[in-house]
Amino acid sequence: MKAKDVPQDDANMLQGKLREPIYSLDENGNYTTVQSVGWNPKNEVMKEAWDQVNEKVEHARNKVLSGEMSPLGYYIEKNIMDIGLVAKYMGIWRWTVKRHLKPNIFARLKEETLEKYAQVFNITKEQLIDTNLIKTEK
Amino acid sequence: MDQPIEFQHKQSAHCENGVVSNLLRYYGINLSEPMVFGIGSGLFFSHMPFLKVGGIPVTSFRPLPGIIFKRTSRRLGISFARKKFRNPKKAMEALDNNLNQGIPTGMLVGVYNLSYFPDAYRFHFNAHNLVAFRKENNTYQISDPVMEGYEQLTYDELLRVRYAKGLFAPNGHMYWVKNIPKNIHLEAAILKGINQTCKDMLTIPIPLFGVRGIRYLSRKVRNYPRKLGVRKAASYTGQIVRAQEEIGTGGAGFRFMYGAFLQEAAQILNKPDLRDLSIELSGIGDLWREFAVITGRIVKNRNSLDESYDKAADLLLVIADREEAFFKKLKLAIS
Repeated sequence: MKAKDVPQDDANMLQGKLREPIYSLDENGNYTTVQSVGWNPKNEVMKEAWDQVNEKVEHARNKVLSGEMSPLGYYIEKNIMDIGLVAKYMGIWRWTVKRHLKPNIFARLKEETLEKYAQVFNITKEQLIDTNLIKTEK
Repeated sequence: MDQPIEFQHKQSAHCENGVVSNLLRYYGINLSEPMVFGIGSGLFFSHMPFLKVGGIPVTSFRPLPGIIFKRTSRRLGISFARKKFRNPKKAMEALDNNLNQGIPTGMLVGVYNLSYFPDAYRFHFNAHNLVAFRKENNTYQISDPVMEGYEQLTYDELLRVRYAKGLFAPNGHMYWVKNIPKNIHLEAAILKGINQTCKDMLTIPIPLFGVRGIRYLSRKVRNYPRKLGVRKAASYTGQIVRAQEEIGTGGAGFRFMYGAFLQEAAQILNKPDLRDLSIELSGIGDLWREFAVITGRIVKNRNSLDESYDKAADLLLVIADREEAFFKKLKLAIS
């Protein structure tokens, strides 16, 4: 690729936090780097990956709001985690996490356990148990 | 070792090369990112359908995390001290100890909780590298190779990312330069690096790796829409392009970066052939970019059946042939 052809298709993927160096050839055939803000095909595949994440989050939100699943399920998807990863962070078995996805069991959890879950998701314990938040959060 | 006052940060495309390059520069050894990448044989290809991340098979354009680092230091004869800790507090203490002695220290971290990262890149990927070089008022000065400037992390933030969990969990892993030999044999290291890359791309007797891996992926992609349905087929194919173009590759799955390495190597080894090959590799990189363009279209029309899968698969076969010829020539050029 020629340096002058390095694409600059900004889809705000990098949020202005950085530009990526792309190796390319200058007019004398020497390699150089050009800072790029993005490229359409790449933006497209990244958007698709995030659409999938967001779909899962929506699905989880509905299940929590209809009372089929505890808020835990929502925050797992929201943080792009799965049961295995949460279990590792918590230092407990997978099946225990799975059990905590049931609303009636979640409601009986000890304060410390809730606190620990909240820490994993980087929120407070109060936020974790408040389903109203899940309703309004974007 | 003489200690210059400040740690000089230079942005790189890929974190592992970048950290090595930045750390060595601090000790007066100037190696560019492509140089580190080439000596460490960073260029690779693998497609592993049985290994899934987020439910999607892994395609990778590089060896496993940590390998470039290991090979580069071995080939240059530079020794690194490395340590892991079970106790997070101890890990932070050890870091503070190093910084008090003025030793810039590299660390493995998870990116999900890196506050300065763009949201779109915050996945649970745990093999990211960065360097801390100073601590002031409970805040660490950070040189993160993929960022343009210096960054900062608080004690709590740094502890959190050093103890990310999941695949490649870093467990507080940290490393720093221990010893640099008086004479560095750059030529020999470059030759070793190139040799291994040729070998990796051409001769691994398992069809998932190197050019055989590309052909294997081509067969898979051709069957994706029939086997998986439109939606899943689009995700699977999109994932290949994400591995190829996401932060850290320098474009076209490291092919451009490797070209830059060959060009530098041509001068150091005084082998003009390598310069021609470096330009040829840029052309192969362009084919990979074309593959990304086709995939971008497939993904954009993901809800309807797309005829482009055949086109994408055909292109992969062309790329495999071109790369096979290329690495055979490269092998000859250095022998």
